[in-house]
Amino acid sequence: MRNLFLALFAFGLTPLAFAQGLPHATVQTLEGKSIDAATLTNEGKPLVVSFWATWCKPCISELNAFNEYYEELQKTTGVQLIAVSIDDARTTAKVGPFVAGQEWDYQVILDANSVLRRAMGVNNVPHTFLLNGKGEIVYQANKYVPGEEKHLVEAIRAAATGGTADNAAGTSGH
Amino acid sequence: MKHIKWALAGLGAAFGSSAWSQPLGSEGQKGELHAIFQFDGQAYVRDSVLDPTGQYYPEEKFRGQGFATFTYTQGGLRAGMRYENYQNPILGYPQGFKGQGIPYRFVQFEQDGFDITVGNFYEQFGSGMIFRAYEERGLGLDNAMDGVRIATRWKNGLQIKGVLGKQRRYFALGEGIVRGIDAEYNLPWKAGAAVLGGSFVSKYQPANDPELNLPANVAAGAARFSLTKGKWNLNSEYVYKANDPSFDNGYIYRPGQALRSTLTYRTKGFSVQGSVKRIDNMSFRSDRSAQQFDVFVNFLPPTSKLHTYALPALFPYATQINGEQGGELDLVKAFKKGSLLGGKTGLTVALNASWAESLQKSPVATGVPIGAIGTDGYQSDWLKRGDILYFRDVNLEVRKKFSKKSKGQLTLYDLRYNKTVLNDGVGDAVILNSPDSDSLLTVRAAVAEFQHTLPNGQTLRYEGQWNLANGFRGDAVMGLVEWTMSERWTLALQEIYNYGHPSVSRRLHYPIFSLIHFSGNTRIQINYGRQQQGIFCVGGICRVVPPSNGLAISMTTSF
Repeated sequence: MRNLFLALFAFGLTPLAFAQGLPHATVQTLEGKSIDAATLTNEGKPLVVSFWATWCKPCISELNAFNEYYEELQKTTGVQLIAVSIDDARTTAKVGPFVAGQEWDYQVILDANSVLRRAMGVNNVPHTFLLNGKGEIVYQANKYVPGEEKHLVEAIRAAATGGTADNAAGTSGH
Repeated sequence: MKHIKWALAGLGAAFGSSAWSQPLGSEGQKGELHAIFQFDGQAYVRDSVLDPTGQYYPEEKFRGQGFATFTYTQGGLRAGMRYENYQNPILGYPQGFKGQGIPYRFVQFEQDGFDITVGNFYEQFGSGMIFRAYEERGLGLDNAMDGVRIATRWKNGLQIKGVLGKQRRYFALGEGIVRGIDAEYNLPWKAGAAVLGGSFVSKYQPANDPELNLPANVAAGAARFSLTKGKWNLNSEYVYKANDPSFDNGYIYRPGQALRSTLTYRTKGFSVQGSVKRIDNMSFRSDRSAQQFDVFVNFLPPTSKLHTYALPALFPYATQINGEQGGELDLVKAFKKGSLLGGKTGLTVALNASWAESLQKSPVATGVPIGAIGTDGYQSDWLKRGDILYFRDVNLEVRKKFSKKSKGQLTLYDLRYNKTVLNDGVGDAVILNSPDSDSLLTVRAAVAEFQHTLPNGQTLRYEGQWNLANGFRGDAVMGLVEWTMSERWTLALQEIYNYGHPSVSRRLHYPIFSLIHFSGNTRIQINYGRQQQGIFCVGGICRVVPPSNGLAISMTTSF
């Protein structure tokens, strides 16, 4: 067993490839249907995947702050945001009502046992990824402080035109 | 066919970041490695005011713990491991973790339409009331399975998962074996969404008690559904568990049952939700003598709002696994911009009420005390109220955005908190035999939070909290100022003054100074100050944290 791991990790240290889209992981819609996260794509346009929870204040601040730009960005770049709630069985039922109160236009999915969270290497929330039209992670941020949403907005605009944005916080993917 | 394979690979995915449809070993594919690292350490200062006898002051003076998780993906293959190190576990963390090792490693691959994991995995059936293997690293909870997991999904909407293994218990495994199978079916209903599910889980643990005839095998079954039509959703799950005498239930033979139903109406800007639940003798562990958080097979979610502000969070609710009944009502309304209440920028109001109480219990036969060892324990009527109130909560939250640069929130709480049950862990029988022992507190609290952005882009956030409690910790007040200087640096100062503690010598100040630094994907936090004794909760599970004073450092990074 040990040799197998050593071999795997030695191999893993060779140059890394970008992930192509979201990894396979079973998540739920607010209607209770199980879906494969890998099927969530945005047809060649930028896709934002934001991990959050109803009990996470910075997450909610981030999603609210980004919401100010969302309508305009959707028109100009075609971006979609998927808000992945990691609320567990205690609070999953509260996600729908919570979202109603926030008036978000985001697609919300439930990751109640952290399957997608683990698959994407997310330790804590908030953690936000931007995937470009090819499904490559071009930006990520594992925290939120007010004002940071502007970097995400810039990165989305850059991704929509095929470029890459400089990320002031240095949190671009890989 | 390719499509099905994609779906199959995604199925369980207890872990993994495979984004490739080809099966294991395909040529020309690059691998991908993800890692998460976290370290927490605490240097303790001897505080003779906080801890006069020194009973909480650790001999080591410094304790530290950390972990690193690696996940490697190539094609349809995923493998991962986590190294953990606790030397020694920081105060308040389960002390059973003392030591180091690789308690988590797995290989997952897809073969001929099956998604197979060998080694460790996490999994949840339904809402978890029958089976949930999960981790909550912040609390030191990890009941990962070590065994085999197989999952498959058909195109017609049916998915089946099977698990077999033993559960993690610190750096070892629990004695019992857990077997389970779960099926879920999406009905082809055009007018809405309908999902049906069912599970069967059983545990095996050798039984050789000299006095009791204990079952070596204990089986449980569950059925669930979720119906959505338009703005309405109704979902429900029921679990039945065969007799399972254990330390938790006092070695009674009564079967266990759990039911939870939730009805939600939701539209943009408005939502109302009602839930009812009943849990009866549902402690389910793979070791009948286990205690605390060890080797739980299932997870029984509490139905009450999770309070996150520091003072109200000192009175948290946790599910009473031996039995409870209750319900919850949740209402959210967003008043739009331009409406009478909404004003120029909108206003959101959330009202939440919940309660939980004991089950009604009567003796199984005349002369047999309730809960007597080796008997069926008690009888209970589903339609009757219990005698002991565990918890009742009414809270109102008003959120207001004043401008693009400032926002605020006011929350009011009215709680009934049964300290005897929730903090001291005393059982129903003891309370019913001596009703004077039951201390039901009335806690009222108010929290105001305000945040605004300065012209230079920096942010200030303030919290003011106040709680009144007729006993236990008594009255307290708290203030917090958080200054986000830049995207890299945040400074915070928090002070709790427990001015109304019933014991004069415990009317203490609890100041904490925090400095948080971000650099790329790395976060470092340093706290210095006093931590009060309390119950620390994440996601509905709580553990008791002893009082401490000192310097804490936390670092986390990932790639």
